[in-house]
Amino acid sequence: MFIKLFYTLRTYGIPVSTRELLDLNAALDQGLMMQPHPDNLELTTFANREDMYRLIRLCMVKDERHFDKFDRAMADYFEGVDSLEMDELLAKLTDIPKEWLDLKLDPKSLTDEQRRLLKKYGSLEELMKALEERLKEQKERHQGGSKWIGTGGTSPFGAYGDHPEGVRVGGESRKRSAAKVWEQRKYRNLDDDNQLGTRQIQMALRNLRQFARTGSADELDIYETIKRTAKKGVLDIQMQAERRNRVKVLMLFDVGGSMDIHVEAIEKLFSAAKNEFKMLEFFYFHNCLYDYVWRDNNRRHSAPIPTFELLNTYGREYRVIFVGDASMSPYELMTVGGSVEYMNSEAGIVWLKRVLAHFDKVAWLNPENPDYWQYTQTIVEIKKLFDNKMYPMTLHGVEEMTSYMAR
Amino acid sequence: MNPTDKTKKNFTGTQNYIATDDLQLAVNAAMTLQKPLLIKGEPGTGKTLLAEEVAESLGMPLITWHIKSTTKAEQGLYEYDAVSRLRDSQLGDDKVYEIGNYIKPGKLWEAFTSNERSVLLIDEIDKADIEFPNDLLHELDKMSFYVYETGETITAEQRPVVIITSNNEKELPDAFLRRCFFHYIDFPEEATMRQIIEVHFPKIQEKLVNDALDIFYTLRSIQGLKKPPSTSELVDWLTLLLADDMAQAELEENLRGEKSIPPLYGALLKNEADVSLLQRFANMMRR
Repeated sequence: MFIKLFYTLRTYGIPVSTRELLDLNAALDQGLMMQPHPDNLELTTFANREDMYRLIRLCMVKDERHFDKFDRAMADYFEGVDSLEMDELLAKLTDIPKEWLDLKLDPKSLTDEQRRLLKKYGSLEELMKALEERLKEQKERHQGGSKWIGTGGTSPFGAYGDHPEGVRVGGESRKRSAAKVWEQRKYRNLDDDNQLGTRQIQMALRNLRQFARTGSADELDIYETIKRTAKKGVLDIQMQAERRNRVKVLMLFDVGGSMDIHVEAIEKLFSAAKNEFKMLEFFYFHNCLYDYVWRDNNRRHSAPIPTFELLNTYGREYRVIFVGDASMSPYELMTVGGSVEYMNSEAGIVWLKRVLAHFDKVAWLNPENPDYWQYTQTIVEIKKLFDNKMYPMTLHGVEEMTSYMAR
Repeated sequence: MNPTDKTKKNFTGTQNYIATDDLQLAVNAAMTLQKPLLIKGEPGTGKTLLAEEVAESLGMPLITWHIKSTTKAEQGLYEYDAVSRLRDSQLGDDKVYEIGNYIKPGKLWEAFTSNERSVLLIDEIDKADIEFPNDLLHELDKMSFYVYETGETITAEQRPVVIITSNNEKELPDAFLRRCFFHYIDFPEEATMRQIIEVHFPKIQEKLVNDALDIFYTLRSIQGLKKPPSTSELVDWLTLLLADDMAQAELEENLRGEKSIPPLYGALLKNEADVSLLQRFANMMRR
C-alpha cells in the first residue's frame, strides 16, 4: 500500500526509506485511522483526510525542514497537481524553450578589437532593462548573431557567447565573466564524502586547535594518582576532565558561477574541515555576502537565513573563514542592487565590513592562483579590506591561515 | 486488529495542557506502534511538559533522563563503578567479590524493568555528542541491552513510551530518525494560545489578554531576535502583569504608542542584545 505515495515523496526529495513505508502500513493496520462508531460496531468509519495527512507526515517525514516539500508532494498526490516547479523564482525565464539554449556553435573567440567594438552597456540597470525588453520581443530560437538571446553569439544575453559584460542565460559558464546566472538548479551541495586527498588538508587545519579541559572529570589522572597514593599509602584515585578542542569555526562558501571549476578543491577542504572541527558551522553565499546566506544549497530559495541572524547567533570567538574566488563584477561588491540574484539594499562590501567588525578573526581562502590576484579588481579590493588576510587554497596557504587564526 | 478491542487509554491532553489534534495523534501512534516519538519545536512550546502530561494523564510513572554535553549513551544503560571497587579492595570490604554491587542501573534500565509501562523522557538529546543517538539505536529498537560485566541481558517486559525532545542544536543521524516518529510542535496560533492562557489563568480579563497577545505577537514578528518570546515567557509575563496594576496601565500606553517598550519586558526578553534590538525597532516604528 502507498507505493505511489512513497515514490511521489521521493520525487519531491524527501528522504523516505522502506522502513517508513512499513511503519505507515503498520499504523493503519493497527487501526489508528479508524473511528469506531459509539453505538454500532458495523459503522466504524475511516478517518478524514486531514488525519490521514497527519499520520503520513508523522511516519514519513523526520525533519521539519522537509515539511514544505511534503506539503507540495501531498498536494500532488491527493489532487494530481504537479507543483514541482512552483519554487522557480524566475519561472518566467525558464519558459524559454530549452532548445534555444542548446549548444550548437563553437564559442567565438573574438579579437580584442572586436570586443571593444561590441556595444558596451553603460550600467547594470540599462543591461537589465534591455534584457527585459528583448525577452518581450523574442519569440523564437536564436543562435549566433549579436542581438537575441541564444547561444554562441555576441549579444550580451545568452550562453557560450562573448560579450564583456554579458548576462548568461542557461548553459555552463565558459568565459566566466557573465554578470547573471539564471539556471537555478545548477548548484551542487558541497559533498563531504570525499575522503581522498583531504588528509593533508586536515593535517594543516589541525593547527587550529584550542585545547581545554572541560566537562566532567572522567579521565584518570595517572600522574596525580601516583603522587597522592605515594603520599597517603593507600590508593587515592585522581580524576581529570577530558581534553577537547574548543575552537569554533564558521565557514562561508561561495558557490556557483565562477566557483564551479574549483568545486573539487573545495570539496576536499570541506571534507577535511568537517572531520577536524566538532564545532563547525557552514553557510553558502553566491559571489558576495549580502543580507542572506543559506545552509543547504538545494533549498537556497526556500530557506534563506538573514546574515544579521548569523551575526546575532555566533559569538565573536568564532573563527570565520570565507572560501571563494572573490572574483566578481565590481557592481556586485560596491553598489546597491549589484547582486546577480536579487535586489540587495546594501552593497556587498557593507556586509563584509560588518562581519569583519563582529568577529575577532576572519580570513579569506581563495582557490584562484595567487599570481593572478592582482589582475582582478575585486580580489585586490577584498584583500585590502581583509587586512591582507587572504590566503591561497594550497596546503601552505591553509597552514598560514590556521597559524594566524590560532594566535 | 479490531479497533474496538482497544481497552487502553488514548492521550487527549489534560486539564493543564492543551494538545493539538496532530500532537494527540502523534502520541497515540507512538504508543500503539511502540516507537520512540521525537519532538522538536521552538524552546518554550512545551516539549518537555508533554512527557510529564502524558505520564500523568495515562497514570504511568515518568522516568526522565536529562542529557548534557558530557552524557554518554552507556550512562543510560548502566555504569560500572570500577573506582569504588578498587577502593573497597584496598579497604578489604567483602562487597568486592560481587561485581553486581558496582553496577549502577541507568534510566533505560529503570524504564525497562519497571513493573508497569512507563514513560521515558530523553530530554534534549541534541545536547549530547554527535555520536550519542547512534549509540542508542539498538537499545531503542529492540528495547534490550547486554551487561558485559555480569553477562545478563536486560529486556523490557513492558516497552516504555519513549519521548525524545530536541532543540535542533545538532542534526540527528538518519538511522536514528528512521526509528522514530517525528512531530514538530508548531508555535501556537492565537486561538490555541487563548486556550492555553485560559488553562493557566481562568479568571483573566479578556481585554488584558487581547492587549498582551497583541504586543506578544508583534514582539515575535521582529526579525533577528536571539530568543523570541514563547509560550512559557508569555505565561510568566501575564503572571507578573496580573500582580501589578501599574503595569497594566503602562501596557495600554504602550499600545497607544506613548511608551516604546512594553512593561516588565524582562519576562519576555532574556537577552541584552534582544532588548536593544527591541529599542531600535520601537524607535523605528515611532518615526
